[in-house]
Amino acid sequence: MYSQALNERVEGPRIVEDPEKLAAFQARIDAEERIEPNDWMPEAYRRTLIRQISQHAHSEVVGMLPEGNWITRAPSLRRKAALLAKVQDEGGHGLYLYAAAETLGVSREELYEQLLAGKAKYSSIFNYPTLTWADIGCIGWLVDGAAIMNQIPLCRTSYGPYARAMIRICKEESFHQRQGYEIMLTLCRGTPEQKAMAQDALNRWWWPALMMFGPPDSESQHTEQSMRWKIKRFTNDELRQKFVDATVPQGLYLGLTFPDPELRYDETTGHWRFGKIDWEEFKRVLAGHGPCNRERLAARRKAHEDGAWVREAALAHAAKRRARERAQRIAAE
Amino acid sequence: MAEAKMPLWEVFIRSRTGLAHRHVGSVHAPDAEMALQAARDTYTRRGEGLSIWVVPSAAITASDPADKGPLFEPTASKIYRHPSFYEIPEEVGHM
Repeated sequence: MYSQALNERVEGPRIVEDPEKLAAFQARIDAEERIEPNDWMPEAYRRTLIRQISQHAHSEVVGMLPEGNWITRAPSLRRKAALLAKVQDEGGHGLYLYAAAETLGVSREELYEQLLAGKAKYSSIFNYPTLTWADIGCIGWLVDGAAIMNQIPLCRTSYGPYARAMIRICKEESFHQRQGYEIMLTLCRGTPEQKAMAQDALNRWWWPALMMFGPPDSESQHTEQSMRWKIKRFTNDELRQKFVDATVPQGLYLGLTFPDPELRYDETTGHWRFGKIDWEEFKRVLAGHGPCNRERLAARRKAHEDGAWVREAALAHAAKRRARERAQRIAAE
Repeated sequence: MAEAKMPLWEVFIRSRTGLAHRHVGSVHAPDAEMALQAARDTYTRRGEGLSIWVVPSAAITASDPADKGPLFEPTASKIYRHPSFYEIPEEVGHM
């Protein structure tokens, strides 16, 4: 999804790297070698990855909220069990990713603190509300579909721990997309009211899903360095086009229409051409002014604060047990 | 307020009987028991394992990637350690 982080400038003091080491590093990347945690790496590579992986982790964790909203109201036990498993997977994905980021020398606590303080970003898509059950279908089908499109090339990203986390995540995520599409299919084959609900959800989620791939290539200068380091393998526009080409026929199969009057199939290229994306909306949402930004962060903060006593108690219990074992050992000697 | 940090554990999973435990990732937990529980929830949601090991990350001693040459290169020249180095007449059969 979640490579929106690769479109921004990396902050921090400029560091002049040893040109010889830099050349050897680039040679390893060009030879498709994986970079591992203790290997030498340019500071900018490390910072880019920390920001990218942590924003990806934050997106997974915040991404639990819009769907969690519907767990208690799922229309059947089958749907409820699936949604619960999906949301649990997202928590797990967040954990794999925080662990991958930690191999770069930051702690999970630091990263999480940045999220809660509103200093770190997460995918813009999770700042939209889930108004009806059809939104759960659309999230699985479109949002997870877009995420998979983005994440499959990340399985070959140059940083080993990130690539390994992505392999696990991609394996698990294909169920997410399929369960979403199945929800949409069921609604579209149901009553006219159910089909209208599916259409309404598609109308609201289509454009935000396209924005998930980040700004157009012409406006994203930082993509270039990430491509050279093979953190990123395809540009934003390439991935967006792949997603549109894969998704439009699926929507037509459902008997739904896309909220884009300019959408048409281009016979000569074999691609679906789409209309202009409202990048002002994207910037607004990313800057914190989407429909749910405040609500999402408030929910995460509350969960973190409400759980603080559990973390403290668990650490105190572990310390007490260690002390007791030590005392017993000494007494026995 | 800065919170106390949870210790880090490396997680190893045996996927089937007869296979070795393999490193799959890490978890944070206050003690070994909770690390096992967290590893089970995080890494075995789809029948990935029959057995889990958790090891405090701080207990692992790793080789330095900078020593890769002196540590591992000498074996490249020791081709006599491989069976294909030795010539056995075909009449002798498979050996």
